[in-house]
Amino acid sequence: MKIAIASGKGGTGKTLLATNLASYWSERQSVVLTDIDVEEPNDALFLQLPKIAQEERFKFIPSWDSTRCTLCGQCQEVCNYHAIIQLGTEIMVFDELCHSCYACSELCPAKALPMVPHKIGELTHYHHANLSFVESRLEIGEEQAVPLIAQTHRYVDDHFSKDHVQLFDCPPGTSCPVIEATKHADFVILITEPTPFGEHDVKLAMQTMHQMNKPFGLVINRADVGNSDLLAYCKANTIPVLATIPFDRHIAEAYAQGLLVYEQVPAVKPALDQIIDFLQAFAINQK
Amino acid sequence: MKIAFTTKGTEWNSPMDARFGRTEFIVIYDEETNTLSSFDNRAIENEAHGAGTATSKKLFELKPDVLITGNGPGQNAATVLKKLNVKIFGGAGEMTMKEAYEAYQSSDLAML
Repeated sequence: MKIAIASGKGGTGKTLLATNLASYWSERQSVVLTDIDVEEPNDALFLQLPKIAQEERFKFIPSWDSTRCTLCGQCQEVCNYHAIIQLGTEIMVFDELCHSCYACSELCPAKALPMVPHKIGELTHYHHANLSFVESRLEIGEEQAVPLIAQTHRYVDDHFSKDHVQLFDCPPGTSCPVIEATKHADFVILITEPTPFGEHDVKLAMQTMHQMNKPFGLVINRADVGNSDLLAYCKANTIPVLATIPFDRHIAEAYAQGLLVYEQVPAVKPALDQIIDFLQAFAINQK
Repeated sequence: MKIAFTTKGTEWNSPMDARFGRTEFIVIYDEETNTLSSFDNRAIENEAHGAGTATSKKLFELKPDVLITGNGPGQNAATVLKKLNVKIFGGAGEMTMKEAYEAYQSSDLAML
């Protein structure tokens, strides 16, 4: 089962939930956690596991061969992203704009645009006991997160069965990286805080999941701050609230030290148990 | 000298468009013939990506000597514009085209 942890608003506890849920759940059965927030992966700070594999990841972009080019201009006509343009007798390729669709390369009558590898990041695979952890990290300066997220999903599919508990720590927001990160999920956990800002952004995330036809539920973090508007909204719209995590200084202190909080703060385990129970029941219902 | 403006209209009193890649119009003023011509760039709104390179490509065809704009081109557009040897002046995003031209003439615009 694939479970995505997303949020809308950033800083609401995706990493806190992902690392603690993965580690706690792995005490009972095999779990793989994937940090798919490739622009700023940070789960590794909390999971000190032995590394078992590391791979460079690439996308493919066209490289102009001026000796073959006949300057027909067809490449710039077929590019949907204006990533390749002809200026007089020169063809310019913009690596960051290229979506690796191969159209210019395949349709070039002179075969003057061979596709060449362009490094976009690194994938690292860690493993200990029942817990596997996969992290993808986008190369600094790279603009597109989506190709690396897509490749990371393929890596997980190649290495873990569908029956394996698969958790994905997703990027914040509602844009392309979130869509790519959540689109294969069987269930999406949206974690937020009960403040006007948290409520506003999680509603955007809920709309996004709704449009993607994804089953989702909420986890409310820092449940004692803010107001009860969000809970009332969930009740009125029959949106499941899987668990609440209290606003507790000890959680912040343990987290700031890079510790797993369920081992430090007793109130966290019951919340994780509720989430696991919910997801296991959901998985049985799906079958 | 041919001077290009990024604008929201095609008249001297039209407001400038602060954006380069997604500018609504490109207006060219030819100082020698004292004539205005314009290119309607509004189709760019439908493009999700690469507005900067697409508009730069258009500018390459129009071959101005000077570009007067607002926020200035982004990195991709700037790479193309370098090939054009066009002098770029920014900071005119809140002016009308006429005000922008006068500011350029009195050297009140920053060269980018």
